[in-house]
Amino acid sequence: MKDYLKIANKNYKSRLIVGTGKYKSMMECAKAVKFSGAEIVTVAVRRVNIADKKKPLLMDYLDPKKITYLPNTAGCFNSKDALRTLRLAREIGGWKLVKLEVLGDKKTLYPDMIETLKSTKVLIKEGFKVMVYCTDDPLMAKKLEDTGVSAIMPLAAPIGSGLGIQNKINIQIIRDQTKLPVIIDAGLGQASDAAIAMELGCDGVLVNTAIAMAKKPIQMAQAFKNSVIAGRQSYLSGRIEKSIFGKASTPKKGII
Amino acid sequence: MKKIKKIKIKINGKLSTISHNTSLFNYLIKLEVPMKKVAIELNEQIVDKNELKKIKLKKNDKIEIVHFIGGG
Repeated sequence: MKDYLKIANKNYKSRLIVGTGKYKSMMECAKAVKFSGAEIVTVAVRRVNIADKKKPLLMDYLDPKKITYLPNTAGCFNSKDALRTLRLAREIGGWKLVKLEVLGDKKTLYPDMIETLKSTKVLIKEGFKVMVYCTDDPLMAKKLEDTGVSAIMPLAAPIGSGLGIQNKINIQIIRDQTKLPVIIDAGLGQASDAAIAMELGCDGVLVNTAIAMAKKPIQMAQAFKNSVIAGRQSYLSGRIEKSIFGKASTPKKGII
Repeated sequence: MKKIKKIKIKINGKLSTISHNTSLFNYLIKLEVPMKKVAIELNEQIVDKNELKKIKLKKNDKIEIVHFIGGG
């Protein structure tokens, strides 16, 4: 049986979603996306630069026909702005699959879950398929699930912090209680963090800063790709029981 | 010759002076906006791209033109 990541009734081979921000150039971004093997990329909605018509457009480097664009609401601090952003995103090209993030605090970039929940309900009513950036609070994750979201995206740590998964227990509880895809979003710092997320049973990870700001982004994109695959295989293989004592790997029989 | 009346509008937060009765379509064409890659708002209402020719710009109209950029 093929192992796919299924989001809103669509199958994806890759379990790594990458962000397209913070790269030195669009060329570098496109190359990193290619080497990451990602089939979904997050994108932001911003004003067109009217004065500079020659400015390169993201769509010229990443073909939205070949790769799934996941519009986000980065930078939105209330429900009104988030809804406006995603309605515009849908208007650009008919995208229904979106990533909602409503931030609540400028310093930690922590999501405001009250505004997030409110926005989710409106978006679902309007026919959006919503993947939701959220805290690692199992109760909140459950409330989001009840509204009919397409994926739960708890943070590993604050956006761009590179701290890795801070609360494995909560992530595991969220994983165990839901049938929805759980995708770790934000806070990963290095490839092994992605493997840990996958070994906890998460369905995917979303990475931007850890790849884009690495000294060698293209190589890091590959490292994350491999780590997600390794972590997923490890999870599916079923790890051994832990023991506080040693257990010899070599049989005693025939010892001299 | 009759003098063409000028009006002030805002596009992406910047003031712009245009001729009265300019259609939104003609204005965006003049700005070389890549229509297929953007979404357009007029006074915080999304504009159906098929309706652009029917819309005449009025004094103090606020236009927003957005597209996708890199983001996480």
